[in-house]
Amino acid sequence: MHSLAVKLILQRIAISLLTLLFVSVAVFLITGLLPSDLAEDLLGQAVTPEAAAALRETLGLDGSPLQRYVSWMTGFLQGDLGMSLVSQRPIADLIRERLPNSVTLAAITMALTIPFALSLGILAAVYRGSWFDRAASAMAVLLISIPEFVIATVTVIIFAVWLRWLPALSFSPDADSIWEVLRAYAMPVGVLVLSSCSQMIRLSRAAVIDTLKTSYIENATLKGARRWRLVFRHALPNAVAPIVNSIALSMSSLLGGVIIIETIFNYPGLAKLMVDAVTSRDMPLIQTCAMLFTGFYLILITAADIIAILSNPRLTDR
Amino acid sequence: MTALAFFHRRGWIVSPLTAACFAVILFWGTVALLAPWLIRYPIGEIVDYDYFSPVSSLNWLGSDYMGRDMYSRILMGARLTIGISLAGTVLAGVVGVAFGMIAGTIGGLFDQVLSRCIDAFVGIPNLLLALVIVAAGGSSIPVLILSVAVIFAPSCYRFSRSMAVNVGAMDFVVAARARGEGIVYLIRSEVLPNIIGPVLADMGLTFVKIVLLLSGLSFLGLGVQPPAADWGGLVRENMIGLSYGAAAVVFPCIAIASLTLAINMLIDNLPRRIRDRSPQ
Amino acid sequence: MTAPLVQIDDLHIAAETDSGRSFGIINGVSITVAPGEIEALIGESGSGKTTIALGLLGHFRTGCHFVSGRMVVNGKDMARLSEAERAALRGRSVSYVAQSAAAAFNPSLRIIDQVIEIALIHHTLDRAAARARAVELFRDLGLPSPETIGDRYPHQVSGGQLQRLAAAMAVIGDPMLVIFDEPTTALDVTTQIGVLRAFKRLMRDKGMTGIYVSHDLAVVAQIADRITVLKNGEVQEQGTTAEILTNAQHPYTRDLLAAFAPRPRARPAAVAPQEQTIVLEGRNILSGYGKGKGFIPAVRDVSFRLPRGASLGVIGESGCGKSTLARTLAGLLPASDGQVILSGAPLPAEARARSKEELRRLQIVFQLADTALNPATQIGDILGRPLTFFHGMRGRKRADRVAELLDMVRLPRDFAQRYPTELSGGQKQRVNFARALAAEPEVILCDEITSALDTVVAAAVLDLLAELQRELGLSYLFISHDISTVRAFCDEVMVMYAGEAVDRFAPAQMDAPERHPYTRLLVSSLPQLDPGWLDSLPEVLERGV
Repeated sequence: MHSLAVKLILQRIAISLLTLLFVSVAVFLITGLLPSDLAEDLLGQAVTPEAAAALRETLGLDGSPLQRYVSWMTGFLQGDLGMSLVSQRPIADLIRERLPNSVTLAAITMALTIPFALSLGILAAVYRGSWFDRAASAMAVLLISIPEFVIATVTVIIFAVWLRWLPALSFSPDADSIWEVLRAYAMPVGVLVLSSCSQMIRLSRAAVIDTLKTSYIENATLKGARRWRLVFRHALPNAVAPIVNSIALSMSSLLGGVIIIETIFNYPGLAKLMVDAVTSRDMPLIQTCAMLFTGFYLILITAADIIAILSNPRLTDR
Repeated sequence: MTALAFFHRRGWIVSPLTAACFAVILFWGTVALLAPWLIRYPIGEIVDYDYFSPVSSLNWLGSDYMGRDMYSRILMGARLTIGISLAGTVLAGVVGVAFGMIAGTIGGLFDQVLSRCIDAFVGIPNLLLALVIVAAGGSSIPVLILSVAVIFAPSCYRFSRSMAVNVGAMDFVVAARARGEGIVYLIRSEVLPNIIGPVLADMGLTFVKIVLLLSGLSFLGLGVQPPAADWGGLVRENMIGLSYGAAAVVFPCIAIASLTLAINMLIDNLPRRIRDRSPQ
Repeated sequence: MTAPLVQIDDLHIAAETDSGRSFGIINGVSITVAPGEIEALIGESGSGKTTIALGLLGHFRTGCHFVSGRMVVNGKDMARLSEAERAALRGRSVSYVAQSAAAAFNPSLRIIDQVIEIALIHHTLDRAAARARAVELFRDLGLPSPETIGDRYPHQVSGGQLQRLAAAMAVIGDPMLVIFDEPTTALDVTTQIGVLRAFKRLMRDKGMTGIYVSHDLAVVAQIADRITVLKNGEVQEQGTTAEILTNAQHPYTRDLLAAFAPRPRARPAAVAPQEQTIVLEGRNILSGYGKGKGFIPAVRDVSFRLPRGASLGVIGESGCGKSTLARTLAGLLPASDGQVILSGAPLPAEARARSKEELRRLQIVFQLADTALNPATQIGDILGRPLTFFHGMRGRKRADRVAELLDMVRLPRDFAQRYPTELSGGQKQRVNFARALAAEPEVILCDEITSALDTVVAAAVLDLLAELQRELGLSYLFISHDISTVRAFCDEVMVMYAGEAVDRFAPAQMDAPERHPYTRLLVSSLPQLDPGWLDSLPEVLERGV
């Protein structure tokens, strides 16, 4: 009875797994195309052919690319993430320290962005053409056009330099009081919310406007239904798929935002770890971070697609 | 002026907002072209012993953390930011749109295989992919152009493919197929003229995304490398001046925002028949 | 005489173009409807009939606005109420049955919840009572399993059922006035008949007042007491149904009546049997969609022979495979089995494999002229391309030939410089046809080419087709769902049902007793101008729904 929906969901999951495999190969290939020899780089002045070969072996840099990929992948799947080349610490430890911070940041941001952006988008659609709609749309186009670091810069100038309400460019997670924690998180989270909400406002507004134009909304109007009944009972259930899709798309900009924001505010998260790894060319660490980020992102957008499928009675109720 | 006349003749109402956006884009385009003749000092020259100096007659847009002239650096930065982004957009657009139209028009196995691969590819967040490519390939300008092209070609492909599929299902294309027309004619004469407006609008949006991505990379120190600096790089260099609200941080930010905002608003306000994604 | 329930006085409604110009779409219309009567609004597309109907609910679509006049329903001027007051009357005082029930039902809500919504919005009944009332209505409307059909989603019931459910949805609040906006236009004839009968019975039993909007005089004749004929937002003629049908005064009404019953065309004896060479032949054609196990045949084992200079009509209802047959013959959808033979030589199944000469001799013309012409190309280039492609014509020679083609389809020569969007529907269809002529074909496959046109325009296009056939010796495979058109136009008729050719006959033999039962059903389902036609039909016909 639900066979079509099940089929579509399985298909969607298969594509995500394919993407992950694709990413793992791509990341491995790209990071394997190193122009310079990492082992020699690490040894610096002290390089001898023997020392380099020995180091290569300990780093797992010898063998054919396929062998290296397979051993890396099996290690990865078993939770053995290898060693960071630069800090000489197990990658798993580094991740364990940083991951919770990033997840906290992203979760708080999402929890604030989704209700904020959706209510703005839906209200703008319902009051289409009003000053509210124009203001919300203008804000959305402004925010979508500006890079995260510019939003951060402006926010810092306003709140830290002019108003002196918040600390500039420093993040101290070891704050003692709730107030301190709030102050510490206010700017990174605020900037992330601003930078990731624009897409969602624009897309949810467009989705609701499209739905409000349909014949069944006109028909419900002609049955005497008033505005909020039209919106909540008739329009929104049909706009679930595009709205959820807009949330998923915003996740992409949230992810980009996290990378920039953690760097600006010196926030000890996974993204900062990855940027540092790229700067120091710590390839195993880059590989792991890329896989983790893509994995998270894929889980989110796949979940969004599954919700969209489940919200359509044509697919679930045949 | 001729552009305005062109729009008016076609019955498009050009609002003051649209005209302003157009002017900003034209301004930055001209600046990027003529920058070497407009700058007042060589970009590496230290002209002021005072770093982070404010706006003055000596340094029209202040000086940076080393006392270099921001006006000259922003003008030359425009060349890098706009040049790299434009090259990336054109490369991504040409490759993506060409394959998109071919796949959308001929369909079949070619389309299915390519589209599935692209589906998998777009599952990777943009900035992440850029980081990985730059980590391996370095931050030279050709690598930057290539990496933004690789990152955005799939979305150009998807957009133009879906447009081509919509148009291809229409009877006039079916009639041309029934006549026995070849793929080249179908794409050039039947499909392309009907999707070119939305495709160009989408490429405008892609250009903005590339500017944003590139600035982000440079801001992380992974884009254009010193001593050259694009706008993102200028913000990065001068971040320490942020706590004083230095002009050297503010002006590159304004430069980026004015360009991207102008393009986005121009495209948002394009007449429906150009911007609309569904062919009429 | 009782006070009228509906009184429209000197109504003016205007619309705005994209460039902000305002023009009248309803220009001084006055209509009066007494309680218990059914008034029909008849007119072609653009006549303003739907605008008036929606206006009676106080609803004006985006771009339209009320200018002046009165639209009184039960003592309230709908145009002058506040939005809240209008909403309070919608569904209770006036309610609406839309043209496409498929679009009027919300796809993500169960049917019952939508049917009883009026009662819940206006608090006339509680949920349980409303549900019981709905089931009762479903039964009255002859819906299958009335107890449970409401628990389905809209996509789970057929078009004819959905249209009846839409009627139930409209009348659940016991409105004084029900507006039917082309409620059967989207249905097949055999489905339409049952829906029409259900509506009529419902209206009669409840003594409801109705306004029935339609373009089809024969449908209206069955259900309406009075008729108002509209054109370009103005009333052409008003009167009782009998007056309009038998004693129309206005020339436009007479045109409508004349177009309704097309005259069989006078065919010169020289053309009809001619040498009887077969120009196009289909042998046991099997065609469909999907591959392998998932193959769904849409055309099964269909054979036909089309003599030179003749027209073969193919009729059937939506989904019978008639369009698939045309696409298969044109090579757009390769036949899975069987042969297409053009002038004695078998054609490759796929258009791509056919030679230019083979492609030239067999042309296809599509139903929707709107989508059949490239909006980005001038008419001159649309017609010029096949000239270049098939005959290598260029420059002056090509331009001259384009002008000739425009002459042939009775369009002004300066149309060559125009774009398709600047043309009317009938003009576009003529260009569409001229493009096929440009190839100088022997056979033209006409896929419902007059179905999307207004009746008067369609009649003119058919006359043109017949004339060109005489002059150029063309052969047509004429696909249509409209049996009266096919009967008047074709030399032979083939009836398709569920992918098979179930019957074939000469038009004169259409009413003969040896016809296939499905042919008889089609013929008897075709609405007649006689107002007593619907009531005279045996109930059995409803099995088609």
